Amino acid sequence: MSAAPAAPQPASADQLDLLLTPPRPLTGWRVLPARIAAMCVVELQKLRHDRSELYTRAIQPALWLLIFGMTFTRIGLIPSDGIPYLDYLAAGIIAQSAMFISIFYGIQIIWERDAGVLNKLLVTPTPRAALVAGKAFAAGIKALIQALVIVVLAAVLGVGISWNPLRLLGVAVAVVLGAAFFSCLSVAIAGIVRNRDRLMGIGQAITMPLFFASNALYPTSLMPGWLQALSAVNPLSYQVDALRGLLLGTPAHLPLDFAVLAVSAVLGIAAASALLPRLAR
Amino acid sequence: MTDALGLTGLRYRFGKVEAVAGVDLTVAEGEIFGLLGPNGAGKTTAIRCITTLLPVPSGMVRVFGHDASRERMAVRRLLGYVPQQLSADGNLTGRENVAMFARVFDVPRRERAARVEQALTAVGLAEASGRMAATYSGGMVRRLELAQALVSAPRLLILDEPTIGLDPIARTGVWEHINAVRAATGMTVLVTTHYMDEADQYCDRIGLMHRGVLRACATPYRLKEDLRARQGGDGVPTLEEVFRDLAGSGLEGELEGGFRDVRSTRRTATRLG
Repeated sequence: MSAAPAAPQPASADQLDLLLTPPRPLTGWRVLPARIAAMCVVELQKLRHDRSELYTRAIQPALWLLIFGMTFTRIGLIPSDGIPYLDYLAAGIIAQSAMFISIFYGIQIIWERDAGVLNKLLVTPTPRAALVAGKAFAAGIKALIQALVIVVLAAVLGVGISWNPLRLLGVAVAVVLGAAFFSCLSVAIAGIVRNRDRLMGIGQAITMPLFFASNALYPTSLMPGWLQALSAVNPLSYQVDALRGLLLGTPAHLPLDFAVLAVSAVLGIAAASALLPRLAR
Repeated sequence: MTDALGLTGLRYRFGKVEAVAGVDLTVAEGEIFGLLGPNGAGKTTAIRCITTLLPVPSGMVRVFGHDASRERMAVRRLLGYVPQQLSADGNLTGRENVAMFARVFDVPRRERAARVEQALTAVGLAEASGRMAATYSGGMVRRLELAQALVSAPRLLILDEPTIGLDPIARTGVWEHINAVRAATGMTVLVTTHYMDEADQYCDRIGLMHRGVLRACATPYRLKEDLRARQGGDGVPTLEEVFRDLAGSGLEGELEGGFRDVRSTRRTATRLG
């Protein structure tokens, strides 16, 4: 019989001097950016170790652009404000992709709850809002990488994209804010339903209505009045408007778009923070 | 000297079920205190109140003098917490898992790498720190979680069933590291466990919980001696016999617990293989 493996020897006291002193806590405004940075670093580390999610998630928007976009460009049925339909669609697909990544973020939170990760984070000296904001912006990082893939693909397909760095920075901000809102919406719903299956059902139920009740695929002027009203309160519409204006130079309401996205993200963080502790009970 | 932990008349209800039914308890600074009892005894609920995961609707919880219901942030700064589930992130390396907690506890960048290294060294994982946590054995994951908790230099380390599902060698390894860290840092340790032998061997004092009530609280030696005095005879009783005497049944007979307790325990055991 082979001998049992010996456990590694515990460290001696002189090897642990740093573990005797607690770190000095950050205070005030510095807490929020520090937590957001911490969560974003974790997200990037995970993506560095496993990029398969990025590749697989790129398939769907690529198909939308390649099949739906090219087909409807050729048919020419959908009015697209004087630009080729493929160009018109590209911004919508970036927003759609960001939303699809974010809207199921609550499932990850429920998984983290079940695995004990969430409880461990909730026991750290992190305000709930900072924790949620960190998670939300981490979702934004994923969405941003996805947006980069779509922009490159769109450029390859001949979409007339503006490469002005300031405009691209604006695109990044719009993508992150939109992803932050939809991930917070998902976390808030997770806090209410507290169950993965129910959240999956609700996520699937609201994703397509949010997408179709926006200007991602067609101008809102084509919609019936009640759908236009829905589109007017749908943050996705403002995100698409900002993306289209910044990427293609079409007329847009950028101050309004960014104001709506910022307010939506803040409200989403507030709602998700209030409901997050329900997951820990 | 301020107690590390003080519970006064702690009560908590889940609907009609009173999970914790008026617990009074103090834990002195520097001791290893074991909270024992079957699933459903109220241990984890009490732990959740102490860690601020649950509010304190009735009674008082103080951690080094800080009120857990009013000074949550101050309490959280003093805590290191290892939950019952295997909570390390398998998609990160061991070092990244620990660094994440260094960041959320505001360890400055210039000190972060050295502190993370010390925490990993403290639990004997320095050499394996570059590997993905998903490749770790169950005992290594538990030690990694210990390193995550240690990196912020907590004054009260709370371990919820730290050895559940581990083989005897891994259990011993985890406890050796807990003891070594306690000896080196002087931190207080509050641990819940099902394993009477572990509690007997490693805990300075033990609280026996049953149906939300603390039935006894003393050193393992005192608990056993008291039973021997009550029953007479020459043999030294075991802690299991002490528990049977106090609760009217053994641990195995009371393992019904709540659905979430059992699910959590099974999930942990499954992940450990």
